[in-house]
Amino acid sequence: MIERPLTKNIDMTRPPLAIADYESNDGYQSIRNIAKGMSPSDVLQKTKDSGLKGRGGAGFPTGLKWSFVPQGDDTPKQKYFVVNADEMEPGTFKDRLLMEGDPHLLLEGIIIGSFAIQADTAYIFLRGEYKVAEQRLKKAISEAYDKGLLGENILNTGFNLDIIVHTSAGRYICGEETALLNALEGKRANPRSKPPFPQVSGLWGKPTIVNNVETVCNLPGIFTYGIDWYQSLTKGKDHGTKLFGISGKVKNPGCWELPLGITIRELLEEHGGGMQDGLELRGFLPGGGSTDFMLPEHLDLKFDYDDIAQAGSRLATGTMILLDDKTCPVGMIGNLMRFFAHESCGFCTPCRDGLPWVVAIFDEFCKGQGTRKDLEILHEHVEYMGPGRTFCALAPGATAPLGSGLRYFSEDFEKLIKD
Amino acid sequence: MAKVVIDGVEYEVNPDNNLLQEALSKGLDLPYFCWHPCMGSVGACRQCAVKQYRDSEDTKGSIVMACMTPATDGTMISIDDEQAKDMRERVIESLMISHPHDCPVCEEGGECHLQDMTLMSGHNYRRYDKKKVTHRNQYLGPFINHEMNRCITCYRCVRFYDDYAGGTDLAAQASHHHTYFGRYEEGVLESEFSGNLVEVCPTGVFTDKAFSEHYSRKWDLQTAPSICAGCGTGCNITPGERYGTLRRVVNRYNAEVNGYFICDRGRFGFDYVNSAERIRSPEDIDITQELEKFRDGDAIGIGSPRASMESNFALREFVGESNFYSGLSDIDNEAIQLSLSLGQDSSFRSPSIKEIEAADAVIIIGEDVTNTSPRLALALRQSVRNHATELAKQAQIPAWQDAAVRELAQHERSPLILLTPYATRLDDVASDILVAPPSELVEAAGVIASAISENAPKTDGKRDSATQIADVLLNAKRPLVVAGASAGKIEYIQTAANIARALSEKRNETVDLCLTTPEVNSLGMAMLTNKENSLGIALNQIIQGDARNVIVLENDLYRRAPHSEVAKALEKAESLMVIDQLPTKTTEQASLLLPATAFSEHEATYVNYEGRAQVSFQVHQNKIGALPAWRWLSENPKESISSLSERLQQSSEAFKGIAELRPEISGTVSGMQVPRQSHRYSGRTAMRANVNVHEPKQPVDSESVLSFSMEGIPAAKDATILGAPWSPSWNSNQSITKFQEEVSGDLKQGNTGKALLNRDKSGSYLEIKADTSSSNEGLELALAHQIFGSGELSAKSAAIQKRMVDPYIGLSKEDADSLGLKQGDSVSLDGNGNIAAVVIRNKIKAGTAALYCGENEIDYHALGSSVVLTKAENTFNRGIENLIVSDLYEEGY
Repeated sequence: MIERPLTKNIDMTRPPLAIADYESNDGYQSIRNIAKGMSPSDVLQKTKDSGLKGRGGAGFPTGLKWSFVPQGDDTPKQKYFVVNADEMEPGTFKDRLLMEGDPHLLLEGIIIGSFAIQADTAYIFLRGEYKVAEQRLKKAISEAYDKGLLGENILNTGFNLDIIVHTSAGRYICGEETALLNALEGKRANPRSKPPFPQVSGLWGKPTIVNNVETVCNLPGIFTYGIDWYQSLTKGKDHGTKLFGISGKVKNPGCWELPLGITIRELLEEHGGGMQDGLELRGFLPGGGSTDFMLPEHLDLKFDYDDIAQAGSRLATGTMILLDDKTCPVGMIGNLMRFFAHESCGFCTPCRDGLPWVVAIFDEFCKGQGTRKDLEILHEHVEYMGPGRTFCALAPGATAPLGSGLRYFSEDFEKLIKD
Repeated sequence: MAKVVIDGVEYEVNPDNNLLQEALSKGLDLPYFCWHPCMGSVGACRQCAVKQYRDSEDTKGSIVMACMTPATDGTMISIDDEQAKDMRERVIESLMISHPHDCPVCEEGGECHLQDMTLMSGHNYRRYDKKKVTHRNQYLGPFINHEMNRCITCYRCVRFYDDYAGGTDLAAQASHHHTYFGRYEEGVLESEFSGNLVEVCPTGVFTDKAFSEHYSRKWDLQTAPSICAGCGTGCNITPGERYGTLRRVVNRYNAEVNGYFICDRGRFGFDYVNSAERIRSPEDIDITQELEKFRDGDAIGIGSPRASMESNFALREFVGESNFYSGLSDIDNEAIQLSLSLGQDSSFRSPSIKEIEAADAVIIIGEDVTNTSPRLALALRQSVRNHATELAKQAQIPAWQDAAVRELAQHERSPLILLTPYATRLDDVASDILVAPPSELVEAAGVIASAISENAPKTDGKRDSATQIADVLLNAKRPLVVAGASAGKIEYIQTAANIARALSEKRNETVDLCLTTPEVNSLGMAMLTNKENSLGIALNQIIQGDARNVIVLENDLYRRAPHSEVAKALEKAESLMVIDQLPTKTTEQASLLLPATAFSEHEATYVNYEGRAQVSFQVHQNKIGALPAWRWLSENPKESISSLSERLQQSSEAFKGIAELRPEISGTVSGMQVPRQSHRYSGRTAMRANVNVHEPKQPVDSESVLSFSMEGIPAAKDATILGAPWSPSWNSNQSITKFQEEVSGDLKQGNTGKALLNRDKSGSYLEIKADTSSSNEGLELALAHQIFGSGELSAKSAAIQKRMVDPYIGLSKEDADSLGLKQGDSVSLDGNGNIAAVVIRNKIKAGTAALYCGENEIDYHALGSSVVLTKAENTFNRGIENLIVSDLYEEGY
């Protein structure tokens, strides 16, 4: 039984599998299964039934998202399937592994998703720095065209699909799906108001699905080995496997495919090899730079969307950033704030003008020049830039480490206030 | 209608609107920046935060943006909620962290929306003590100052300039708190509507550069409701005066005419009023005696399309109806008279700007609207968005979700069909463009008319697209046909009328037919003139010696007829009285030259392209002895403007109601006048202190409902006489919502003018005469206009002059090559001494010569319908560098 459907073909010591080798290891089997007579709505239903949730951060059920795409004669014929491969979340490097390690898996998933929503064009919006992934994806796409798995009338289904790799000009905000669509259209990468959601009015105003790389890579397994197999993979409530990663001062930082529902301790100790000698864990961001800090006391919680949420944080990308006891939490949070302030698109006020103020305050704290007044202003900004107050989720994401950091590491801030 | 609860009070609202708009409509104070009544919501500034509750059980609620929340039935919000108030205060605090504290030297000060909203939100102490962000400013041309440090990044400028007005050279650049609004490099802002940035910007980033040169605070300006004299559209404006000079012009809201926007000709083209060359009162002569000479009964009068109804009427009274002649060129006279009769035709309706915006299929024949009636072009640009609104409706996206609606529709637009001799500034939103020489355009329009109805006059030729265009117009909900008199080709109007009539016949309803007029009172003067009394006949009579005494009213006849003919006539006249504001070739020959007041110096009525009569009030007094032309001509020196307009009203059924446009003093509170000066007008005792420290009595205006002082009853709710809107805590132009019935609705107790034309006559198809004057030699002439330069008076304004170009002739590359001409060469027209610069344009068709006459530097009326070009010695004045056309031919491209 396949236990690591996402990474089974990945061996970073060699180039990714070429299409023949990929196919010999059940590659593109899902497409052949679908071509045997599944309808788009069958594919949609099966995806719903699998329980797959989006792996980009929000954890929204994938099948449900697809079902919002209007279908029927009186709806726009043109639809788009877009893969969000603009992986820029601090501490996150999971999609890169998938695209560099096994590009065909992504393409296979794209064909399934595009078929389900009846999109004849798919875009991979790729982070500009991922040069290796770009080359490997382009090579794989060309192989897939040669094999008739892309292009016109794929496997005699009457279904046509073109995949276009678009490399981003580079902004963190392009990872926000509507800003991504604006960027893809050649516009300023500002997010759009939702509603209308991209499923109704997305790329060039047409119905569009934007899915994360890892989400899409889950699809081939589901359609090759079935739902029962898929749902048996997990150790927790959510289905399937997930790529988890660790950055920070552990013995063995990296990225692994593991079942959902393993404990955080298991990830840290068994896979990360525990903290480096002489260092102790002080806290961690469980799912990338825009999640709330968790503490060592949370280590026995399960990596599941709900369990992490109950501890006040988010599973998000599933890639942890660790804070050890020899690293200044104020410096670490300040570093994140600088990133978020720089990456603000400049559209809405709290994010555009709030974050730079936060950064300016951190700069002074880091020099030991903090003031009580400024500490109060930091606290105010947590609410001010919080959910509902801003146009998109960037600034609320930034308030996650800020708010939790102020709460958990208040004595560190106090120490940096000038007398 | 829906019901929403705001702070415990139930309101009836329109569920198609958002909560911010509805709250403002109800007179509530809720601060905002990025939302604009014409541009909808985008949710950028986060200033209009309110607390929304799920239901009456919900005590916690959540913060939402009022502008992004629909006014759905049952919605419960609180503006007064502490958390919401705190959020709004925080937003202002953020916006202000890098904003310079330069209000005392900022030209927006005193009418700054940011100042108002800061106070309204309660932020008063700057806690931010870190480094500010600073920007470099750009040179943006002679109209607009740029001071980016004041920017609060509300995105209104680009949303107006690019999204609303179709500009391409202003954009948001960079990101995070370095976001910058400017051009890709320094240079003149290309849009014809750039001046609106001054009013759209909520603070002092974009300010009026012409105003800067003689700046005054808003509260120190003496203002009155006025009408723009720049073209025939009749936009409502508020000019402001200080120390005897006119300082600036801003938009004045009129729900049906210009709404919130005016064009740059209107905004920057007023400065001739202050000209040092203004005609002065003659000294050493007894004017009364001189005037008597013209009262012998056989004087003829030549009227003027740029003079008021009252002045034209007074001249007609002076010389008698049969001796009153049109002040238009013969071709224009014929065109305007035709427009007038079509305006009385029961098959047609002359649409207001608001109605133009509602059209969902438009065909324009021959008229370059952007350069002749620019505000109409801005409205036409909105009409193509009706398809987008329709699509949004289907997708259940509210129309106020501006960015979402634009995103959904992309380039899908309502049809706009252009038949034009050269590329125009509306090409970018047109669905079909036929560029051809004028005669071909007329033919093509005829084919379209025939394709709509078999009853339309048969036209030779066949065009594949005609049936398609006919279908588009027949199937539209509200088709609109546009033509105008500016192109100097009556056939455009005739074919436009035929298309509209064919549509009316097939659709069995009245059809919108918009016929633009070139000057502020073109149509009004035509209404006062006998159709047969053309200028040609008048000149001929003078030359024949049948008319010895001639009165020319506010008109330079050299613009209206061949120069040689005018010169001959004026030399022949025994006495020539000219009443005008500025010297012209005509005034040079006057035996009696009398100074006339300019548009801002008198109260007057003008009739716009629709037949809408509107009153323009006097803003300030003329100090050099000029009088309204009608007063020079009045037999009774005591007669008031009200009594004159009463006589005008009684002279014909056509002018019924024109006298009622003026509010009566008896109608105001206790018979008190309405002040032209704000209650904060400063310096009254100081401004004359160098002469005398004694405060003089304020000048008395015995005729108007307005006074030249601060005293009186403000036009608080009577918007008819509302000069500069102001309301407590709303010092900027955004205060206009306090005077509207609802946001973007009618003004409270205001009037939008009086429609004079009764549409009760039946008409028939017009036969289009074959053009026989063409000699087949040379190139076919197409008259071209420039927004900056074609208006006679606006062209005398300093700011406008900086944007003007020399007369030019637009040619195809093919024709230029065969004539051996290069870009910028000079050519002589018909070898008669008229020189124009060569402008090679990519889209112009071979055989066409598009002629722009500059400031009447070309003797246009002496030319036939075609012209022979010969290379001439280069003689440049302004050159053609300032020319903005989309299809300029460039070597190597």
